[in-house]
Amino acid sequence: MRVIVAERLTKTYSRGGVSVDALKDVSFTIDRASLVTFIGPSGSGKTTLLNLLGALDRPTHGRMVVAGTEVGSLDPRAAALFRGGTIGFIFQEFNLIPVLTAYENVEYPLLLIQRVEAAERRRRVRALLEAVGLADQQDRYPDNLSGGQKQRIAVARALVTNPQLVLADEPTANLDLANASTVIDTMRRMRDTLGTTFVFSTHDPRVVSEVEHVFRLEDGRLVGQETQAGVAR
Amino acid sequence: MTTIVKIALRNLVRYRRRSLLTASLIAIGVMAVIVFGASAGAFRSLIVGQMTDAMLGHLQVHQRGYVASIDNLPLTMLLSPAEVAVVERALRDRPEVEAYSRRLKFSGMFSNYTETTAIRLNGVNPEEELRTIPLLASRIRQGAGTLHPGEILIPELLASGMGVAPGDTVVIVATNREGSVNAAQLVVSGVLGSVTGPGGRDGYVHIDDATSLLRMDEPEISEIAVRLREFDRLNESAGAIRRALEEGRAAGAIGPTEVHTWEGLSPFYNIAVMIDLLAASATLGLIALVLISVMNVMLMSVYERVREIGTIAAMGTMPRTILGMFIVEGLLLGLLGVLIGDAVAAGAILAINAVGPTFDFGRETGLVLAPRLDLWQMLTVSGVVLLVAVAGTVQPAFKASRMDPVEALRHG
Ligand SMILES: Nc1ncnc2c1ncn2[C@@H]1O[C@H](COP(=O)(O)OP(=O)(O)OP(=O)(O)O)[C@@H](O)[C@H]1O
Ligand SMILES: [Mg+2]
Repeated sequence: MRVIVAERLTKTYSRGGVSVDALKDVSFTIDRASLVTFIGPSGSGKTTLLNLLGALDRPTHGRMVVAGTEVGSLDPRAAALFRGGTIGFIFQEFNLIPVLTAYENVEYPLLLIQRVEAAERRRRVRALLEAVGLADQQDRYPDNLSGGQKQRIAVARALVTNPQLVLADEPTANLDLANASTVIDTMRRMRDTLGTTFVFSTHDPRVVSEVEHVFRLEDGRLVGQETQAGVAR
Repeated sequence: MTTIVKIALRNLVRYRRRSLLTASLIAIGVMAVIVFGASAGAFRSLIVGQMTDAMLGHLQVHQRGYVASIDNLPLTMLLSPAEVAVVERALRDRPEVEAYSRRLKFSGMFSNYTETTAIRLNGVNPEEELRTIPLLASRIRQGAGTLHPGEILIPELLASGMGVAPGDTVVIVATNREGSVNAAQLVVSGVLGSVTGPGGRDGYVHIDDATSLLRMDEPEISEIAVRLREFDRLNESAGAIRRALEEGRAAGAIGPTEVHTWEGLSPFYNIAVMIDLLAASATLGLIALVLISVMNVMLMSVYERVREIGTIAAMGTMPRTILGMFIVEGLLLGLLGVLIGDAVAAGAILAINAVGPTFDFGRETGLVLAPRLDLWQMLTVSGVVLLVAVAGTVQPAFKASRMDPVEALRHG
């Protein structure tokens, strides 16, 4: 079953009269419950692509269906609803809310986006904190967590709403190898237990080796697609 | 909602110094407006009280046109006994009327047998007059201050200028409406302190002496001063009395009359208006202060938190929720300022009352300024400040809620 079908996606930015094709005719499909990474040099269009998939931005041409929704044409309100209900986001800089504790950060989407009732909220937040191994750190504020811990909290926050798809733009770029591996590992475990699809971007070759499915972008074009048989599922 | 309040509160604590600074600024403004308002209000009502309770009464009824020519104290524009009776009935019908006093005002010559000077006099019934202007008793500087027929209360300037003291006999000479001159010998029973305003230096005689001095067959009246139970309902009462008299006129019972409140009788009214205007401009200043400082701080907050805004927007937080977060933050900032300001203002007002500063106004000395802790005024000022704080937050909050998440996330 396919979570993402992208057909001839093109994104053109125009800046001061000069137009830049950040993505050119990119087509691909991604299956449910897969762990996929987009790699490519800086400026190759990774962020642009993830923004399109996450309904944060619209393609100039082409169409895409994400989790059964034609996302290329959503208005801002519908796009926000779609993101809140279907997508989890993980950011390079973690982007936890500094005035909320680890627990409250994970709870945030259930509280202010999905408006889930209290008992269910508590149950899910606890489960996710357990799953990322940070239940004992739940009352700490982000400032008092290490980078790796922050990103695992961010993973928990992205997953707490049970999204079909998690998008992560360079989630390990600010982490050392050990922490990067833990984060990727956590994602994989979640994929295995919840069936969530993870799509992330990276330039980090160490991370790439841990992922089954790799798409290679260059200059806005999809130039390669490999399945790494050696990686354990 | 509680989460939004929690986030807003923690963000205020996060930028503690800035929040406190802004809240203090608001607090100082709130305090200034409340304390100034209360003091000005106290000053105003003190002076108005002096004016109305020592001389004018709260309102006065005359034959139409009398007030315009009051400087001459004309004897040609009086209310006849029949008219007075109608007016009295109208006044007695009104529950808010506490007392009224009929006055026959005239001017004459005052002689101590060696010198003569002009004098303005009120012929009154002393009981009526005292009930209508209770502070009259406090104006007695020397003498017993009684006003039986044959007695006269004279203003202090006259007493010192003419060397007259209580117990002395003086002569009053007056010309009546028909032009005949008449005199009466009276005993000075008291010396009256002056009050600021027209009529503040007039003397008093008994109304019976006044009618006989003016050779009136029946007692006519130049003015009826009225005291109300509720001063706050002055204009309402004046209107009601005016209507009742208008009905009397329509029925042919009385001629045209006029009803003036103290505002139309005393030049202090202009000062009172100035005081009110000053208080209003202080409030306007406060509004500007709150608007600018809250808006400034909230704009800063929005700019500092662009990435956070981008994050929550990307996750699917609705613009409405983001708007709410910032509005609540601005509101809480305003609330903090208001609470501090109210507390300090209350303290300051209590302190002023404890000290009891005195001041002089015209010839009244030793008036004690006693600002009242007016809860209603506090609530109004606080409410206005909160509204303005929200108004100042609307634009920054709107900006935050409309941010494009892609742009916001790229930022910083
Ligand atoms: N808002 C924008 N306006 C104009 N040009 C843009 C905009 N966003 C991206 N670009 C351009 O589009 C191209 C792709 O950018 P993108 O950020 O997607 O690359 P990336 O692969 O994520 O790079 P990096 O590895 O540095 O994050 C680049 O040439 C970039 O300059
Ligand atoms: Mg990028």
